[in-house]
Amino acid sequence: MANNILEVSNLKKYFKTARGMLHAVDDITFSLEQGKTLGIVGESGCGKSTTGRCILRLIEPTSGKVVFDGENILALNKKQMAQRRRDMQIIFQDPFSSLNPRNTVMQTIAEGVKVRGEKYKTPAEVEKRVRELMDTVGLAQRLINSYPHELDGGRRQRIGIARALAVEPKLIICDEPVSALDVSIQAQILNLLKHLQKELGLTYIFVTHDLAVVNHISDEIMVMYLGQMVEKAPTEELFKNPIHPYTKSLLSAIPIPKVGARKERVLLEGEISSPIEPGDECRFAKRCPNHSEQCSQKCPELREVAPGHFVSCHNFP
Amino acid sequence: MKKGNSAIDPAQVRRRSQLAEIWRNFRKNKGAMIGLILIIIIITIGATVSFWIDYDKIVAMNIRERLQPPSAEHWFGTDEMGRDLFWRVLYGTRYSIAVGFVAVMVSLAIGIPVGAVAGYFGGKIENLIMRGADIFAAVPGVLMAMVIVAILGANVFNLMLAIGIAAVPGFIRTTRAAVLTVKNEEYIEAIRALGKSEPYIIARHVLPNCLSPIIVRVTLRIAGAIISASSLSFLGLGIEAPLPEWGALLNGGNKFVMTHPYLTIFPGLAIMITVLAFNLVGDGLRDAMDPKLKR
Amino acid sequence: MSEITMNSNAREDSLVLDIRNLTIHYVMEDATVEAVNGIDIQLEKGKILGIVGETGAGKTSVCLSILNLIPDPPGVIKSGEIYINGKNILTASPKEMNRIRGKEVAMIFQDPMSSLNPVLTVGDQIAEAIKIHAHCSDHEAWDRAEKMLEMVGIPKERMAEYPHQFSGGMKQRVVIAIALSCSPALLLADEPTTALDVTIQAQILNMMERLKGQLNTSMLFVTHDLGIVAEICDEVAVMYAGRIIERGTLVDVFNHTKHPYTEGLFNSLPNIEDRKSELKPIPGLMPDPTKLPAGCAFAPRCPYARPECIDTPQTERSFSDTHRVMCSAYNDPSFKIEREEID
Repeated sequence: MANNILEVSNLKKYFKTARGMLHAVDDITFSLEQGKTLGIVGESGCGKSTTGRCILRLIEPTSGKVVFDGENILALNKKQMAQRRRDMQIIFQDPFSSLNPRNTVMQTIAEGVKVRGEKYKTPAEVEKRVRELMDTVGLAQRLINSYPHELDGGRRQRIGIARALAVEPKLIICDEPVSALDVSIQAQILNLLKHLQKELGLTYIFVTHDLAVVNHISDEIMVMYLGQMVEKAPTEELFKNPIHPYTKSLLSAIPIPKVGARKERVLLEGEISSPIEPGDECRFAKRCPNHSEQCSQKCPELREVAPGHFVSCHNFP
Repeated sequence: MKKGNSAIDPAQVRRRSQLAEIWRNFRKNKGAMIGLILIIIIITIGATVSFWIDYDKIVAMNIRERLQPPSAEHWFGTDEMGRDLFWRVLYGTRYSIAVGFVAVMVSLAIGIPVGAVAGYFGGKIENLIMRGADIFAAVPGVLMAMVIVAILGANVFNLMLAIGIAAVPGFIRTTRAAVLTVKNEEYIEAIRALGKSEPYIIARHVLPNCLSPIIVRVTLRIAGAIISASSLSFLGLGIEAPLPEWGALLNGGNKFVMTHPYLTIFPGLAIMITVLAFNLVGDGLRDAMDPKLKR
Repeated sequence: MSEITMNSNAREDSLVLDIRNLTIHYVMEDATVEAVNGIDIQLEKGKILGIVGETGAGKTSVCLSILNLIPDPPGVIKSGEIYINGKNILTASPKEMNRIRGKEVAMIFQDPMSSLNPVLTVGDQIAEAIKIHAHCSDHEAWDRAEKMLEMVGIPKERMAEYPHQFSGGMKQRVVIAIALSCSPALLLADEPTTALDVTIQAQILNMMERLKGQLNTSMLFVTHDLGIVAEICDEVAVMYAGRIIERGTLVDVFNHTKHPYTEGLFNSLPNIEDRKSELKPIPGLMPDPTKLPAGCAFAPRCPYARPECIDTPQTERSFSDTHRVMCSAYNDPSFKIEREEID
C-alpha cells in the first residue's frame, strides 16, 4: 500500500443525455504503484479516455475517490487543484490538435516550464530549460522557433511530451499517444516513453485500443467494456490466461504480422448494449458467446481469481 | 494533399508564417487587391485631409457661385451655398472613415469579451447572453441606432456609439461560434491540465485562434457602419450640415435631385466606392483565411 | 468503345489489373510533389494484393488513379497505363469511365461515416447503386439489394433504416455491400478497417475473406497494418516514397524479407509474443516528396546504405519468379539483412 501513487475507488462519471443518464465510467476501482504502467484497453466509447480525464479532473467525476499521493484530489478546491496538477499530466492522441497552432515550440513548452516558475525565473532560465527538455525528448534545438504546422506528427508528439514533462509530473496519462502515428514513428515514441519512465521514475496510465502496444509497454492491463472494468491482471497473466469472454475475443482479434500465425478468431455477434440507463445485467451478455441465464439477471461482481487477476463474469467457477 | 511525416526541415525552409500564407492567398484575388488599394487611398485621404484643406474653404459660403454644374474649376460642381462639392466630398472622407472605425471598435470592445464568456463557459450564462443578443438583433440595426441616437442626442460621438452598439449582437455571435470550436481543441485541454487560470486561457490561447472570422467581420462591418452613418445623417439624425459628411451631403442635395443631380451623384459614388472597397477586402480575407480553400 | 485501346498482349488476359510505369505528380505553385514514381502492378483474378506503406507513400494516389479520380489540378499523370480487364482507363471517355466505375472497379474508403448519404435509407442506397449499372426495375433492384445486405451479414429487415441507426462496423458493411452490388471485377479497399474497433475489424476481415471465396473478386487492399496483410492478402507490395520497393507473395515478403525498409517496418512493431523485446524504430523521417533524391529514397534512413545508394537510380531485381526488390545493396552478392529467413 505504501508505494501506491494512485488509488481510485468507485469512480463514476454519468453524462446527462436526452434519453437518460449515460454511464460513461461506472464504478471503477484500482490502484497503481509508483513507477509502473497501467494499460487501459477497450473499444471506442468504453469510457477509457473519460477515466483518464476524470483522474486529472479535466472532467469532473460524478462520484468516487481519487487518492493521489495520499490525498483525495476530488475534495480539493480549484486553487489547490491547480497546484496538484503539477504532479499529473496528460499526453494526447492527436498531435495536430493538441498544440496551439499559433505558438512556437518554445512558447508551447515554456507554458509548462512556467508552471515551475519558482525554479525558472528569468526568460533566459526558461529558455535554457526548454532547450534541456527538447534534448530529453529528442527534438533538435534548431526547431525551437518552428510552428507546429511545419513539423511532422512524430515531432509534434515529442513537443506534447516535452510540455507534459516540463511541469515535472509524477503521473502521466497517455491517451492513445501513438495511435495517429506511422509504425516507424510509433516505435520511436514508444521507446522514448519507456526510456523516460526509467530515467525519471514516471508512472503511466496508458489508454489505447492497440493491444500489441499495450502489451509492450504496460505492467498491468485493465480491460474496460461499456464503462465497467471487466478484467484486470498483470500483462503476462492477462495474455496467457484471459478469462473474460470479451478479453478473449479482443486478444484473438489482434492481427499478427506473421504468415500462418492466425488463431481462430472469437467473433462477437449481437448488438452492443446501450450505455444509457443500463439495467442490472452483464453489459456484455448480448454479445457474449457463452452467456447464461444469470447474466441477464444480475451484473457480475469483480472477483480476484488469482493474485492480482480480477474478473467480473458469472461463468467462471 | 501530402502532409505529415516527411523530412522537410523547417529550420531550412524559408519561414512562411500564417500571416505570409494569408497574404499570398489574398494577393491572388484581383478584386480584393483593388479594394485594398482603394482603402489605402481612402484612409490616407481621411487621415490627412484636415492638414491640407482649410476647413473654412469647406464651410465658407459663396452665394455668387451657387449651384454650378461640374467644370474645370469645380470638378463636382457647387452646392446651394456655392461651396465646392469636390472639396466637401474629399473632406467628408474623414467623418466616414472615423465613424466606420470607431463604431467597429465599440462593437469589438463589447462583443468580444461577452461572446468569449458565452462561448467558453456555456450553460446558463451562455443562454442568458445569447437570448439577450437575439432580442437585440431582432430590431434592424439602423432602427436600433436611430433609437439610441434619439435617446442620447444627435452628435458625431453619439452616432458612432449608436452604430457600434447596434452591431454588437453580430460580434457576440461570431466570437461565440469561433470560441466554441477552439475551446474543444485538445491544446486548450492541455493548457487546462497545466493548471492555468480561465481568464489566462481565454486571452492567451482561445481568442488568438478565433481572430480570422472576427477580422473578416470587422472589415465587412466597417462598410456597414459607413452606410448606417450616412443613412442616419441623411435622415438628419447624425452629422448635420454644414459638416460635409457624405450622408449629410446627400441630404443637402436631395432637394435639387431633379435639377442638379450631381449634388447627390458624387457623394453617393463616394459612399458606394468606399463600401465596395471594404466589402471586396472582407470577402478576399475570408477566402484567404479559409483553410478549406488552401491548395 | 472506339477510344478504348485493347491490350493486345494475350498472355496478360488473365490480369484484372495491369498498371505499367505509372507516375503521378502533384504540381503546386512552388513545388512538385512526386507522389507515385513509375510503379507496375499486376493483379490476377481472385487474388488480394496488399499495398503497405506509411503516410505519404503514395498508396491512396494509386487507388484514385485506378478510378481515374486523381484531382486535376494539381494532380498530373505524367506517364503510364492502367488496364482494367484489358481496357486502358486513362484514355477512356468520361462516359465510358462512369460505366467502368462501380461495374468493373469499386472502392471502399476508410471512413464509413462519410461515404453514406445520411438522408437516404440504407436499402435505397444499395438499390440505387444497382440501378445505375443494371438497368432493372425498382422492384428487382430492391430484391437484389436485400440479398446484398444479407450477404454482408445484416438482416434484410434493416433495409428501411437510415445510416445513423447503424454502428460504425455495420456502416462499413453497408459500404461494402454497395461496392459489391454490381459484382465488380476489382475492389479497391483503402484502409477499410482502420476506423473500426479490433473486434469489429475482425468481423469485417472475416466477412471479406468469405466474400472473396464467394465472388472471386480481385482486391487491392491498402493498409499500414502488416498484421492485416498477413491475415488476408495473397501478395504484398511495399511502397516507399512513391515506389514499390519490395513485392512478392505473402511468404516472399514476410518470410524471406529482402529490403531494409521492409525489415525496418517489422522491427518497429511490438512483438505480441515477446513483450520484453526491444523495438527498433527506423531512424529519421520520410523524405520530402518534393525533393526526392536521385538514388534510393530510403538511403538516408537505411542502416546498410552505401555511397552508391545515394546517387545511383535503383533498379528492380528478381529473387524468384514472384519476389522482386529495389535495392542496390544486393549488387554485392554477399549482402544480407539482419532479419532471419523463416522456412
